[in-house]
Amino acid sequence: MNETFTADKNGYYGEFGGAFVPEMLRQNVELLRVVYHQIIESAEFQKEFTGLLRNYAGRPSPLSFANRLSDKYGAKIYLKREDLNHTGSHKINNTIGQIILARNMGKTRIIAETGAGQHGVATATVCALMGLECVVYMGETDMVRQEPNVKRMEMLGARVVPVTSGNKTLKDATNEALRDWICNPVNTFYIIGSVVGPHPYPDLVARFQSVISEELLSQLREAEGTEDPGYILACVGGGSNAAGIFYHYINRKNVRLIGVEAAGEGVNTGLTAATIAVGETGIIHGSKTLVMQNEDGQITEPYSISAGLDYPGVGPIHAWLARTGRADYLNVTDKEALAAAYELTRLEGIIPALESAHALAALGKLKVNKTDIIVVNVSGRGDKDMQAYFEAKT
Amino acid sequence: MNRIDKLFQSKKQNILSIYFTAGFPSLIDTFRTIQELDKAGVDMIEIGMPFSDPVADGQVIQRSSEKALSNGMTIKLLFKQLAWVRETTDLPLILMGYINPVFKFGMKNFLHKCQKTGIDGIIIPDLPVEEYRVSYEALFEKYNIFNIFLISPQTPEERITYLDSVSKGFLYMVSIAATTGTINNFDESQITYFKKVNDLKLKTPRLIGFGISNNETFIQACNFANGAIIGSSFIRALNGNGTLPENIHGFIRKIRG
Repeated sequence: MNETFTADKNGYYGEFGGAFVPEMLRQNVELLRVVYHQIIESAEFQKEFTGLLRNYAGRPSPLSFANRLSDKYGAKIYLKREDLNHTGSHKINNTIGQIILARNMGKTRIIAETGAGQHGVATATVCALMGLECVVYMGETDMVRQEPNVKRMEMLGARVVPVTSGNKTLKDATNEALRDWICNPVNTFYIIGSVVGPHPYPDLVARFQSVISEELLSQLREAEGTEDPGYILACVGGGSNAAGIFYHYINRKNVRLIGVEAAGEGVNTGLTAATIAVGETGIIHGSKTLVMQNEDGQITEPYSISAGLDYPGVGPIHAWLARTGRADYLNVTDKEALAAAYELTRLEGIIPALESAHALAALGKLKVNKTDIIVVNVSGRGDKDMQAYFEAKT
Repeated sequence: MNRIDKLFQSKKQNILSIYFTAGFPSLIDTFRTIQELDKAGVDMIEIGMPFSDPVADGQVIQRSSEKALSNGMTIKLLFKQLAWVRETTDLPLILMGYINPVFKFGMKNFLHKCQKTGIDGIIIPDLPVEEYRVSYEALFEKYNIFNIFLISPQTPEERITYLDSVSKGFLYMVSIAATTGTINNFDESQITYFKKVNDLKLKTPRLIGFGISNNETFIQACNFANGAIIGSSFIRALNGNGTLPENIHGFIRKIRG
């Protein structure tokens, strides 16, 4: 089996990926691919990108040794603190990269989809920074459950457009953003928030997020004298924070990569968003990947308490990592995630995002030794989830 | 000979192709709608296979797709509904939909069923020509089903020429950068685009779609192509107050003028 984990020239990871877009979007995607490949390696781009990551987003994000959590699970647990980035999650890494691309392409209007609102906030933020118009599509269901982020986006000057189709969540917001792009192909740049969508998006989002694993190499070397942990844990909705923290470790086979999906009420209940667990090969939002679908090939509605993981597809890179067995994918229920969020808060004084709480909940599912080093990606902070946390407590 | 080729050989102008969503307004309307369109004198029929996430479609076709799916429409059922369709019409018939349901059904199985049913062509907007040629072209040829390609105002000239060279049947010329059903007439820039493509002297016949809603826009489109495709406006007409035949015949009369 082909075990290359970077996209080939057509955007394929093994059998997954590609660019299944209607002709109306073809030219947009093609121009993006050309410009991306032209400038990504250039010194000028890298200088601006890394400069903004450091001086604006606050990178590098710390690697915190979790003392009491380590005691509890009997292993050496480190937390990669993406929650401490400006805007409160890893999403800013990607939006900084894409906004520079957009500006280089002369685009004046930015659109984005968002689930939990973290990508929407990160997009609205870089648009304010660059003085560009910003429109964010967000499902109505998500606007209710992540209301603080709606307010933040509006304060940042973005227009948040409620999406009322389907389950009114991330998938539907993505549909609407794609329709906007079809209607505004010339002046508009679509900043996709995860390693999903047509080529080159999965590849470029993974590249921008790979700053996470790049930092981890040196941070772990300093802390433990080795670059390689035994395990890396990250939650997976579309899979951008996981792709980012896996990136430099994909060819280091001694490091176990573990993605954690949202089981919702449970993978066999029909109320789940664990695409790798229950999905089959299909095409969603321009990419061939694993998709939750019925026997007629209609996309089925996902469910998770976490708006950021509530998606019926998954990035093609993860479909391929799963298919080849290079990474393992576990899943965690709403209840387990809520308990893990409380546990981290009480043991370490860190309130994680509901999404990241899924990765933390998987700690209890590993068989580990005292000397094992485990790195958990705390992809975001929990400010936006206070309502869910309060409700869970009562 | 494929019925699409036969049509374009015998008729060069004012070709009217109508799109409707299978299983809409009622599940049982698929067959009746085809019969009535045939009687009303249209030249070709595009039968829409509803999909849960139709990203290239505007509100009207989104709603009709949702309704059809909630009525219980599936590809499997569609082939059953169309089993005897060749007893009632000789018009070219095209199935139009998104790639995922077809992929799930299995392309080979799908094309085999199309051939047995008497379907002449397929339009799958999110199956790009590159994927088609690598994975499916041989199958389409084996079953003598035409895969119809789209061009849009964003398509560069050399790509239009390329699509023309690999096309069979006709080219579906999208009139504007938009989803379906979002405009009701043409402006200056569209006319310029129509003229530009007309001047390329392509080998493949062209039908213009998106934005044709009345006799005036139909005639305009026909001035720059072999004819036109109407979808959203027709779906709106199906929601009208009359009986199904009344709504259909009334609409086609209005378009033909």
